[in-house]
Amino acid sequence: MSTPLMEARGLQLRFGRVAALDDVAIDIHPGEVVAIVGESGSGKTTLLRVLSGLMRPDAGAVTYRGQDVLAMPEAARRRLMRTEWGFVHQNPRDGLRLGVTAGGNIGERLMAVGARHYGNIRAEATEWLKRVEIDPARMDDIPGKFSGGMQQRLQIARVLVTRPRLVFMDEPTGGLDVSVQARLLDLIRALVADLGLAVLIVTHDIAAARLLAHRILVMRQGQVVEEGLTDRVLDDPQHAYTQLLVSSVLAA
Amino acid sequence: MTHDPGYNFAYLDESTKRMIRRAILKAVAIPGHQVPFGSREMPLPYGWGTGGIQVTASVLGPRDVLKVIDQGSDDTTNAVSIRAFFRRTAGVATTERTAEATIIQTRHRIPERRLTEGQILVYQVPIPEPLARLEPRIAETRRLHAMADYGLMHVKLYEDIAKHGHIATSYSYPVMVNERYLMSPSPIPAFDNPKMHMMPALQLFGAGREKRIYAVPPYTAVRSLDFEDHPFRPIRAPHRCELCGSGDTYLDEVLVDDKGGRIFVCSDTDHCQERQAMREAAE
Repeated sequence: MSTPLMEARGLQLRFGRVAALDDVAIDIHPGEVVAIVGESGSGKTTLLRVLSGLMRPDAGAVTYRGQDVLAMPEAARRRLMRTEWGFVHQNPRDGLRLGVTAGGNIGERLMAVGARHYGNIRAEATEWLKRVEIDPARMDDIPGKFSGGMQQRLQIARVLVTRPRLVFMDEPTGGLDVSVQARLLDLIRALVADLGLAVLIVTHDIAAARLLAHRILVMRQGQVVEEGLTDRVLDDPQHAYTQLLVSSVLAA
Repeated sequence: MTHDPGYNFAYLDESTKRMIRRAILKAVAIPGHQVPFGSREMPLPYGWGTGGIQVTASVLGPRDVLKVIDQGSDDTTNAVSIRAFFRRTAGVATTERTAEATIIQTRHRIPERRLTEGQILVYQVPIPEPLARLEPRIAETRRLHAMADYGLMHVKLYEDIAKHGHIATSYSYPVMVNERYLMSPSPIPAFDNPKMHMMPALQLFGAGREKRIYAVPPYTAVRSLDFEDHPFRPIRAPHRCELCGSGDTYLDEVLVDDKGGRIFVCSDTDHCQERQAMREAAE
């Protein structure tokens, strides 16, 4: 197997008496989609924030392509964040500039890495709006006028425009209605396969995890209780908590 | 000329001036970087030039000749009052001639006449932070400066073009100083931006309310931000000055009656008068 893109070992983080992360280890390989599932408060989002350098753990190590993420100077980490990494927030309002047009939102990362040709930025933005199924005629509208699903797709376009290697997604389908969720999942799946992205996706939606992920980590009370290939974990859950989780999914 | 003995020379006490000079030296050493300083309460309201006055007071010597302009004009209230203030508190000579001045304090213009090595241009600055309208958190803007992370500023210019078809920022047009720090040139017209580039005079910027000093040392590269396919253009009204006939200076539009009559005249009054005198002499 290839060497992991990102590796984390022995992550510990406590919020007072609550252990948000308790000896968590994770590997993410190039082109792989890893889902972290678990109930609210199990430490999923905290893990995502620690891995992406937004939060410091009390103990443990995170390496990205051989570099120690926690020891990295802030400038280097920010550079990673706007080139090789991407972060898709649960609420698109956290990831978008609502007062800036859709085109400007997509162009921001390009301009941050030095694009200085207006026409090329526009062309790239048009291309990406099409890829996320937004009418390019709406390029000069502000995202505040978009529906929730469109905002989320715009956020994805804004992140993917610089072709990152690794994308962190925090409940990207949360708060959307079911038909919109399905379309979004379909879109994410196509883009991920197309671009060969590695994705770490946090979700409490087991169905979404099955659709997208190659591998699943099940978290509970800050610990990874079970880990394996998606179909194996969901069809043959070993840990009592995973069994509960899988059996709780409602069938329509 | 002597100054009013009720005041210390140039109003501020010596240790305050020393503190401001230290900030100025640091600012000159790091072109375009905003240096915090302990701005003092001045005998005029914020927004009227408290930052510029403090910088001028700190660099002023008894043999200096001071010129003060407000929007290019020597005879507006702000300019007249600040000149009177330093005549009284420092006893220095004042002038309206750009060529004769050693220190020029300005609000919103750079004189048309090319400045020389011995001169200091002091700008009054309302908002020193070029990213202020884009990023409301000051701590975050400082981080962006530290990382030279200026993509955001280009987003603003992008939005201008997307909305108006061209870069519609006509004053306070952001510049890159010495290819390192993004800087607000204070609300001078974009027309004046090219004059900052490689200027032989020292340029000092004082923001009293925001408590920041920054500087552009002589002969420093100052580049207006733009896009390759939408290059920076210094904009001026496409007219000639009604008084001196100049076709290459920055013009003010003046209403002359209540029937819609208007004329365009040079905003730099000294330059305009000089040209008028030259024209008369030639005739």
